[in-house]
Amino acid sequence: MSLPAIAVKNLVKQFGETTVLHGIDLDIPQGKVSCLIGPSGSGKSTLLRCMAFLEEATRGTITIDGEVLGFSESAQGVRERLPAATNRAIRSRIGMVFQQFNLWPHMTALGNVSEALKTVHKMSRKDAEDLAMAQLVKVGLESRAGHYPAQLSGGQQQRVAIARALALKPKIMLFDEPTSSLDPELTGEVLNVMRDLAAEGMTMVVVSHEIGFAATVGQQISFLDQGKLLFTGAPSDVFRKPRNPRLEQFLDTYLDRGASMLV
Amino acid sequence: MIFDVNVIFDQLPAILRGAGVTILLWIAATIGGAFFGFLVAVGRRYGGRLVNLPLGFCVEILRGTPFLIQIFLLYYGGPFIGLALDPVPAGLMGLTVYGAAYYSEIFRSGFAAIPVGHIEAAQCVGLTQGQIIRRILLPEMTMLVLPPSVNMAVIILKETAILSIITVPELTLTVSAIGSQQYAFVESLFLLALIYWALVEAAGRLGHLAETRLSRYRFSQS
Repeated sequence: MSLPAIAVKNLVKQFGETTVLHGIDLDIPQGKVSCLIGPSGSGKSTLLRCMAFLEEATRGTITIDGEVLGFSESAQGVRERLPAATNRAIRSRIGMVFQQFNLWPHMTALGNVSEALKTVHKMSRKDAEDLAMAQLVKVGLESRAGHYPAQLSGGQQQRVAIARALALKPKIMLFDEPTSSLDPELTGEVLNVMRDLAAEGMTMVVVSHEIGFAATVGQQISFLDQGKLLFTGAPSDVFRKPRNPRLEQFLDTYLDRGASMLV
Repeated sequence: MIFDVNVIFDQLPAILRGAGVTILLWIAATIGGAFFGFLVAVGRRYGGRLVNLPLGFCVEILRGTPFLIQIFLLYYGGPFIGLALDPVPAGLMGLTVYGAAYYSEIFRSGFAAIPVGHIEAAQCVGLTQGQIIRRILLPEMTMLVLPPSVNMAVIILKETAILSIITVPELTLTVSAIGSQQYAFVESLFLLALIYWALVEAAGRLGHLAETRLSRYRFSQS
């Protein structure tokens, strides 16, 4: 079996006295779409943010393609922060997409996508903008290149945000509830871009309440509840014959809302 | 007493020289204040408690005491700690430090107003701390800090009048001296008010122009 894209080992995250993640062990396979589902406050977003090193885990390790990110941990449990440059290098293999898009409002769509190419990768302005434009074409927004975020719809902003992450040629894409702050009619355009990406074989980790997306595109489903990973398996195991009572209960709330036809 | 403006206009060259000194002090103190204020804000944000606490204490003292007292202390008290300055350097230094205290607070609130997600997005694409400050925070908060910054520049302009008490040859000192010599107190005060108001008005217009130019990327909900 090949090396997992991301290996999470015994990950514990505490915010002050509150423990949000209770020792998570999870392998994210290469080239597949992994979905993290669970009720609000289950810790799925925190787990994803730990994978992007936006949260510092309290204990445990995150390994990207065999290289430890953030903190190394000895067998005795002594944690040591890795150099910022090392973490930046490892993190550059990861693209992150946020619930709130987080585009920089003072830059156009093209500016947002080309920014890191220019400042981090020291590409010339023209090369960076050509590459950025290609990414905007990919998400269907070449005609909006000169628009500022405030002039774009939520769905368009999120597609620019995806293009911004893709421009850096990441090996793994993380999505933190990418459609949760969108009007229902705008979620489709974002999910379509994500479907295309999945079809290309991109390794993806998606935290989402879009159970339909998880069921149709997801290849590995992990169910979290109260900071514990209760179940990881193929979509068929999760959605057609859930054996975990808590998972069954969670899915029922979606089936009640008519998602059954999607599954 | 007859209100005779001609008395003043006879002294026009001297008045213009005074106005020139005022404008130069104003521009230098505003630019210097904004520059050092920005450094203080960056230091307080990224320097840890050892930098934040003492700087915060200094800012509180400067904001909590009248500028009149500060400039007296600097000019007359300075020599006791080996800081004997001529009126103009003392005035410029006092005004710059005073402005920096306020500007640091303006920039601090500007930093705080930027959604943390915008910084996280920059970290995720690999920008370093310095690049994030230069490329994301500074330009993004320009729009936010522009109105209070223009306001502060106006306050600094008016505070330059205080420098007359340590004999900086600026507008207020010049014009009130002429007024005393010619027994034209009201005329000189009226003229002073008029000139300051015109300068403030010009500064306001300039700020408004900058705001309009920057407003093309007004903040959306994200």
